[in-house]
Order: sequence, then structure tokens, then C-alpha cells
Amino acid sequence: MLNVENIHAGYGAIIALRGVSLHVEAGELVGLVGANGAGKSTLMATIAGVLRPTRGEITFEGQSLLGLSPEEILRRGIALVPEGRRIFPSLTVGENLRLGATIRRDQKGVERDIEEMCTRFPILGKRFHQAGGTLSGGEQQQLAIARALMSRPRLLMMDEPSLGLSPILVDEVFAMIVQLRASGVTVLLVEQNVERTLDIADRVYLLNTGRVECEGVPEQLRKQVDIVGAYLGDVRGREVSG
Amino acid sequence: MNVLHDVLQFIINALSLGGLYALMALGLVIVYGILRLVNFAYGELVMVAGYTLLMLGAGPIPWLIVAVISIGMAVLTSLLLERVAFRPVRQASATTMLITSFAVSALLQNMAILFISPRAKAVTTPSFFTENFQVGDLLISKGNLASLVVSLVLLGLLTLFLRRTLLGIALRAAADDFVMTRLVGIRANQVIATAFAISGFLAGVVALFWIGRLGSVGPFVGSTPVLVAFVAAVVGGMESLTGAVIGGYLLGALTVGLQLMLPQSLLDYRQAFVFAIVLLVLLFRPQGLVRGTATAERV
Repeated sequence: MLNVENIHAGYGAIIALRGVSLHVEAGELVGLVGANGAGKSTLMATIAGVLRPTRGEITFEGQSLLGLSPEEILRRGIALVPEGRRIFPSLTVGENLRLGATIRRDQKGVERDIEEMCTRFPILGKRFHQAGGTLSGGEQQQLAIARALMSRPRLLMMDEPSLGLSPILVDEVFAMIVQLRASGVTVLLVEQNVERTLDIADRVYLLNTGRVECEGVPEQLRKQVDIVGAYLGDVRGREVSG
Repeated sequence: MNVLHDVLQFIINALSLGGLYALMALGLVIVYGILRLVNFAYGELVMVAGYTLLMLGAGPIPWLIVAVISIGMAVLTSLLLERVAFRPVRQASATTMLITSFAVSALLQNMAILFISPRAKAVTTPSFFTENFQVGDLLISKGNLASLVVSLVLLGLLTLFLRRTLLGIALRAAADDFVMTRLVGIRANQVIATAFAISGFLAGVVALFWIGRLGSVGPFVGSTPVLVAFVAAVVGGMESLTGAVIGGYLLGALTVGLQLMLPQSLLDYRQAFVFAIVLLVLLFRPQGLVRGTATAERV
């Protein structure tokens, strides 16, 4: 479904990706783990069209995504839940959801989906007319995911959805991801929480300083836990700041 | 009785001038919110509308149609500037964009000097603007009343547009987080062009009343409106549309208030007093009176 081949990208003189290749097949839940600065978010931004790669090729369902704007890539069926949630703080929850469906023309279907999101994430229904900026971190995360789903993406990319959340909310977010995948959405998940990602993913890539260090099914990666430990330290005990 | 008279007179004049100032500030802030560009060529949009009034106003076309055409010219110019001058430097730094706007402003002023005249020319405005009518012992200028009503109506319509339409919501979203707006599929060019069109529209409406008050149009007719807009926006808070409106009305009230209260000998220094008060406000609230979302974001 998604094919990333030998992607190089960076910010000015800083090179963040040095020849990353990965693929995601339809229906898969693929995890992308690695330490801070490994290039995970850069890869996401590059696939979403926010950042132009200097080299390499990205194809989605057989068609190249290179040179397309973010708004065009979303129309091809890839939605991003970005790092830090980035909901629109001065817009109401309802408006945030409505904008998520910008590319859709089926007014009725959009309204139905908004209702569905409010059932799936009851807090969004409760805070429907409240400004997004007044929501707590966990609520904002739910809103960010719901907003991305409103475009009915075929591939959902999530960048650290558990970042800055309390342990209970982290559980909820991971349960939600499993549920999403069960409902047929293909997911590319970036996480620092390696253990949890290994628990739910079909395949996992370990990124380190802009390169794919290793990839495989979770069992395979668990066996290489020394490598994981060496590069990531004790990830589970990591304190996160929002 | 005399006090009541003064108070009513003050309210009407303050709402009239303040409404005009609010529209000016909004035109500036609606673009700034999205591009972080203080478009100093905004004043030249007022100028373009003004010259259209000058050229068509003397002819046989009814004034109302001339007014509509003038607003249309300001909108067109604004869209043209976005396409030709600002879009190519959109990716560049905020400073580059700011300098571009100064360059565009100077270019348009000099074109007016070169091709039209360095001096201001009298514009035939409908007698409407200078007529008064009496309510009790209150003397109300029709021009003032019109700008009061028009600005309130426009503010209302703009609010409706920003709250009720997808494009309007997208505009507000773009001011919150432009990249994210694109990530939900809103076309960047469309949102920016809309902001410039609204900015041009507001400049056009402002021109009608501003030039109606002045009775003339020259190459530098836009410099006061753009300055007023900038000050009002800074006082109100550059990142908030509500702030721009509040700043505009405040500045209008301040100007009218000082006009009434200052002794004759100090009246010439009215602007100095206005800016001194503005400075004081900014000393205590450097963000402006209304904080924008970028600064008030909760984690």
C-alpha cells in the first residue's frame, strides 16, 4: 500500500533521514520505534508532504507522492495525527471535527460520522461546543485522532499518540488503536513506548539516527532486545513532558 | 441636558470612527493571522479604491455603483498583490515578507505620483456625507451614521462567515496552525486568497468613508488608515480578530474623546496624546488586550 524507498530528508543543513525504506501493506498495523531524534517524526512529515525529501521515492497504492502538497496527499487517503496533537485551539470541538472532513462532499455522511465520533469518544460529544484549547491533553488526543478519521483515510499515521498522557489514558489510546485496526484502517504508528508498540503491531521498524536499524515481526525484535536496549535505554521508565 | 447631549454625541462619533478603525484593523489582522505578514501595502488598497472613486465619480454612473466598483478594485488589487508579490516569498522569513510589503506600498504610491499626480485631488462625494440631521438638539452627520451602521453590519456578516461557513472556519483554523490546516486538506492558496480578498474588501469599504470624510484622494491617502489599523491591531492583540475590533473601537473612542476634552490649544497634539495612551496600554499588556491562541494555548 505504502512504499518508502531510500528516503533522504532534513531541515537545511541537518540531515534527519539517511536512506530510509519501509512498506506498509493494506490492513497492517506497523510500528515505528526509536529514540528521540531518530527521524520518526521527520519520516511522517515527509510522507504527509510537509517536508520534501532530497532523495528517494514514496508511492501510495502504486502512485508517487513526491512533489504533492499535504492537501493533495490527504486526498489520496493518508491522514496524519501529528506530534503534539495540534488540534485547532480556538475552534470548537465540533468545528475541529468538521474541518477534518474538509475533503468530503457528502454532507449527510459527514454529519453521521461526527455523531459516530461523539459516540466513540463520548468526551467529544460532551465538549462539542467548547474551544479545543480548553480540552485536557488526553481529550485533545482523542480529538486529534477523531479529526483525522473524519477524512475516512485508508492509511492513518499517528505520531506519538501516547505522548504526555497519564498511564490510564495511554492504555485507552492503545486500545483505541487496536480497535481502529480491527475496523479495517491501516495504521502506521510512531511511538517511543517500544514495549506497548511491540504488543499490538504486526511489524515493527526500529529507526536510529536516520536509518532503519532493524525490522520484523514483534517476536523477532524482542529477540534483538539487546539492540533495543542499547539504543533506547529503559524506554518504559521514560518520563515524558508535554 | 448639556451633559447628556455631549455623551450621546460622543457615543455616536466614537462608534462611527471606531467602526471605521475596526474595519481597517480587521483587514490587516485577517492576513497577519494566517501569514504573519503585516501588509503595509494595505493603505494602498484604500488608495486604489480612492482613485477609482475619483475617476468614475465625476461621470454619469450612480455613486452607489461607483462605490461597488471601487470596492471591487481594492479586492482585485489585493488578490493581485497576493499572487504576484507575496506568494513567491511566502516560504521566506517574516522579515522578507514585511520588506516586500513596504516595497509594494512604495511602488504603488510612486505609480500614483507618476501617472496621476503628486498632489491630492478633490473627489466628488455625494452630499450625503456632509449633510446633518437634527434629533432634538443633537446634530448627527449622515456620513457618521452610515459608517456606524455599515461597520456594525459588516462585522456581523464577517462573524457569520467565520462561524458558519467551512471556508470561514478554515480561515480561523489557518490562523491557529497553518500547516495543520493543510494537513486536514484545506488548500493553502484558497485560504490565503480568501484572506486577501476580505482584506481588500474591507480596505475598499474603509476608502468610501475615509475619502468621504477627507473629500480628496492622493498618493498618500492610505498612510493614515494603515497606521491606525496597525496601532489598533497592536493594542487589541495582533493575533485575535476580536482584539482588532476592540482595538479599533478603543482607538476611535480615544480620538473622539480627546477631541472633545482637550482644550483648543492642545487639540493639534491630539495624536500625540492618543499614542501616549497606546504606549501606556502596551507597557502593561505587551500582548495587546486580547491574547491570541498561539500565546494562550493550553497543554
